[in-house]
Amino acid sequence: MQITGAQALLKCLKEQNVSCIFGFPGGAVIDIYDELLKDKEITHVLVRHEQAAVHAADAYARTKGDVGVALATSGPGATNTVTGIASAYLDSIPMVVFTGQVPTALIGNDAFQEVDIVGITRPCTKHNYLVKDVNDLIPTIREAFHIARTGRPGPVLIDLPKDVMVAKVTFTENAPVKMRTYRPNYEPHSGQIEKACKAIFKAKKPVLYAGGGVIASKASKELTELAKKLNIPVTMTLMGLGGFPGTDPLSMGMLGMHGTYYANMAVANCDMLIAVGARFDDRVTGKISAFAPHAKIIHIDIDPSSISKNVKVDIPIVADCKNALAGINAWLDKTKEFNVKEQAAIHEPWLAQIKEWKTEHPLGYIEETDVIKPQFVVQKLHELTGGDAIITTEVGQNQMWAAQFYHFNKPNHFMTSGGLGVMGYGFPAAIGAQMAAPDKVVIDIAGDGSIQMNIQELATARQYKCPVKIAILNNSYLGMVRQWQELFYNKQYSATVLDVAPDFVKLAEAYGAVGLRATKPSEVEPVIKEALATNNTVIMDFVISREEGVYPMVPAGKATTEMLLV
Amino acid sequence: MRHTLSVLLQNKPGVLSRVTGLFSGRGFNIESLSVATTLEKEVSCLTLVTSGDNAIIEQITKQLHKLIDVIKVTDMSEHEYVEREMAIIRVKAEAGTRAEVLRVIDIFRGKVVDVSPKTYAVEITGNANKIQAVIDILRPIGIQEIVRTGTAAMTRAIK
Repeated sequence: MQITGAQALLKCLKEQNVSCIFGFPGGAVIDIYDELLKDKEITHVLVRHEQAAVHAADAYARTKGDVGVALATSGPGATNTVTGIASAYLDSIPMVVFTGQVPTALIGNDAFQEVDIVGITRPCTKHNYLVKDVNDLIPTIREAFHIARTGRPGPVLIDLPKDVMVAKVTFTENAPVKMRTYRPNYEPHSGQIEKACKAIFKAKKPVLYAGGGVIASKASKELTELAKKLNIPVTMTLMGLGGFPGTDPLSMGMLGMHGTYYANMAVANCDMLIAVGARFDDRVTGKISAFAPHAKIIHIDIDPSSISKNVKVDIPIVADCKNALAGINAWLDKTKEFNVKEQAAIHEPWLAQIKEWKTEHPLGYIEETDVIKPQFVVQKLHELTGGDAIITTEVGQNQMWAAQFYHFNKPNHFMTSGGLGVMGYGFPAAIGAQMAAPDKVVIDIAGDGSIQMNIQELATARQYKCPVKIAILNNSYLGMVRQWQELFYNKQYSATVLDVAPDFVKLAEAYGAVGLRATKPSEVEPVIKEALATNNTVIMDFVISREEGVYPMVPAGKATTEMLLV
Repeated sequence: MRHTLSVLLQNKPGVLSRVTGLFSGRGFNIESLSVATTLEKEVSCLTLVTSGDNAIIEQITKQLHKLIDVIKVTDMSEHEYVEREMAIIRVKAEAGTRAEVLRVIDIFRGKVVDVSPKTYAVEITGNANKIQAVIDILRPIGIQEIVRTGTAAMTRAIK
């Protein structure tokens, strides 16, 4: 049966189990929207800016554990998606983005709303396509979903010329995708597993360093099993938070620039670092030469190019994190040569040392009675949601306080733009997460600066009855840059003072949402309780201590042991 | 250290741009690059000369391999291989120097491919060092124009 390209696109989406897409219409994609209106199985969420569509699809993907989908028109619609795509690329989020394109006959003619989006997004997509012939449409979409969700996941863009959406094509049944070149390796090499295990038995002071790959490959259970089996303390990257229970005694929380004192000290002193699905980002390592200087390094990653990219690795294991950790656990269960219980006992003095570091410099802040401390707000959010909410963040101080003080116990409950660091990510991400998990409490922890980057999405949240809560940690500053200016630029607060700002309570009300404000510590709990009890979109405006900083802090380029403490 | 990489690619529009974009985006250097289809018309072979320490070359090969359209990456430096480049050089050839130019070209097994009353255009093939040697010899006589192809390389057959 012959159908149009637009109809084929929707059929392909359903074939891939897509039930919700985020987008914004335009001339080049009218045919797709025409079909979407008739369709009853796919919910289209109309955002107010294409960047928000991509961030929402990003968090939707993380919440569902499958591919997120965004749709934008040609030209400006397409270019507005770039920030979201680049963020998903650096955070390895499975996503397919469809953009409209001018008719094939006009491509290259500088037509109205024409842009070479395939060229623009080449460096920030896992792969991308321009479909010039309707007969290529269906196999391209299938291949795109396959690439997005397999191997190291990532965003894939498909550019769709308007005439291709109108042209007729025969729909063929789904067949397995066969690719000549792309074959990610999921299974660990047994020799490398054995080598890694034997090396672990030589270590007295091991550390597990878990990244976003643990969450992407659903390896939390295996990671926890390994940590418990051998009594190995665990530190996580920003993207790895929730990959190991944050409240577990073996958890050292986050490492790196704003990591805990004890995590950074542990990494600096360990004799074995087992990196799992983490890529040794500069925010984690600080000065490379001083990062884990005494350690043998085992690195598990599905992406071979991540191995020995930033630090020299002693034992690489290229595989899916879940399979590799399961392989290690199975080897430990079987070994007769080594005694696992004895080895776990050998690590006791090491754990005692870490405990001492924890007692010396716990994660904390100086409490005050008359002004609200942002850390206190995050702690209260944790307490009043039972630690079970999905937390999204913007970027900056709000992001770091959320990472430090909302102790994530489960994977896929913390969504943040880790690699690219996008201000404006958190709110649309909260909408995406809420669409994927309507029964969950979803909270965007925001700053007063970053929330203004995509605040127009209040309309989207209201339209789709997303009862997301936005907790603005309002210090009338671009706080993180201000903190750097305070510490390293002689307090020259150039362009970081946000004295002119909207009244966020009135702004919420203008959109038909609920606005609440707390200016004293005693008001924090009632405001959060009221927000959680409200079945509507809520902005909580917490007027916080203006000059509060994020600590510990490792100045950029310094060794992670050179921390500035509270 | 100089490395010659041979990269098999899907012969599709935009693939070369993915490769060169990878190099520019990650700060790697391309010294020379040549590309053409192979026996299979769906596959192109790209020969690329770059330089860097072992860690950089490892990253380059891994990153290349990560591109969806890349079929195979071979670092020729790990094998015995032959490499050739071609240059066409237009050199002054007037009454006093015509014989001299022909002698030089003969020594390097080049040939004259175009003649004018005052110039010869000569074709030279060989590795980059040989081409450079010819250029150095002809320069005092007077080179007017040079075009070079970039290196093409192939591993030697196992004997």
